[in-house]
Amino acid sequence: MAELVAVIASTHHPFYLRASTATGEERPPFADEWVRKVEGFRETLTKANPDVLLMVGSDHFHQLWLDNMPQFLVGHAEQYDANWYNEEREFGLPRMHMRGDRELSGYLLREGLDAGFDLAFSNELRIDHSVTCPIITLRPQNDLPIVPVYTNIFAPPLPQPKRFVQLGQAIRQMVEAWPSDKRVAVIGTGHLSLELGGPRQFGPHGPDPEFDARAVEWIASGDLEGCLSEVTLDSLHAPGNATHGFMDFMLMMGVAGEGRKADYVDTLDLFHTMEAYFTWYPNGAPA
Amino acid sequence: MSKYLVNKFLFTVDRDPELVEQYREDPRGTVAWWEQERANHLLSCTTPEASTWLAFEDHEREALATHDHVALFELGAHPFLTLTLFIAMFERDYDEPLGYQLRYGEALKHLSLPYADIAT
Repeated sequence: MAELVAVIASTHHPFYLRASTATGEERPPFADEWVRKVEGFRETLTKANPDVLLMVGSDHFHQLWLDNMPQFLVGHAEQYDANWYNEEREFGLPRMHMRGDRELSGYLLREGLDAGFDLAFSNELRIDHSVTCPIITLRPQNDLPIVPVYTNIFAPPLPQPKRFVQLGQAIRQMVEAWPSDKRVAVIGTGHLSLELGGPRQFGPHGPDPEFDARAVEWIASGDLEGCLSEVTLDSLHAPGNATHGFMDFMLMMGVAGEGRKADYVDTLDLFHTMEAYFTWYPNGAPA
Repeated sequence: MSKYLVNKFLFTVDRDPELVEQYREDPRGTVAWWEQERANHLLSCTTPEASTWLAFEDHEREALATHDHVALFELGAHPFLTLTLFIAMFERDYDEPLGYQLRYGEALKHLSLPYADIAT
């Protein structure tokens, strides 16, 4: 059976590449600390020595649109082009290319459908910064095949938070039951409190530091019950109008498991939103 | 209500560098041309296929034609779409980092929760 060697959850800040590579007067004052934290976080994946990355993210109206919007979609392609014109324009992200793992994609689709998740699929998915940002931060050599799993956290009506958790739990079970000798890391990115296009955007901190502190505690301690008791589709508007991306963190809590404390936790308080980094090792931390 | 169509305008203009410039320079003309020529174009079809019924309501057309991002927010346009397109058009007019984004938020300060529903 396949081995789930790491479960990793983080924010995906599209300005990291630009900040970390800027020099001279262009380099922001927080860049060095940000780089140090990301490099420490990266080591948690490197140590796990995975063969394939199952990557949970969300399309930001790049390929998936309101004329035909899937709630959960599995990429089923041999290769993935990545990043879009308006991401180059706004964030300075480069066009990228990744290999896929169609065997794992097909397995997840079949098993996921049979487990009661009506998964959509795409044989030509161009992925965006929700997946490329964690490649840039966690695996910049970009040498591993991926399977992207996209969730809708963006275009109401959205699935309920518990559905994200259930999908995460199912992904954990499916990966561990996969008849393969591969070492799989599941990586998902989401948001803490975040406001985009509203009155509270781009402040000196995230729009709701209190929510961020609670959220980090829920994730770090694996407190799924506490999290689900407080988080609803309606409540997520209060910390910021883009905070529904937190449901991708909840999905990753489902992958990690109820009550499972994260083996690695770090945060960075930035303008605009708080960065947060979590790693679990299901079979114990690698030496 | 045609929030879907407002979002479709923002979405399709944001993805086309020439249209971004056209909308910056001539918002009213661009909105009129787009509604006439593009509004009903089915995006998922490779050959030109169209719906027959999509049209802006007057206040939506006016908000787009006047670059009124506050009105668009109040109408329930998807805030991510409005923000990214407006950054593409107007960030260049400000010297300081995030200068435009901060002013964009400031113009919405009179609004409080609950914000307009963005469901289409």
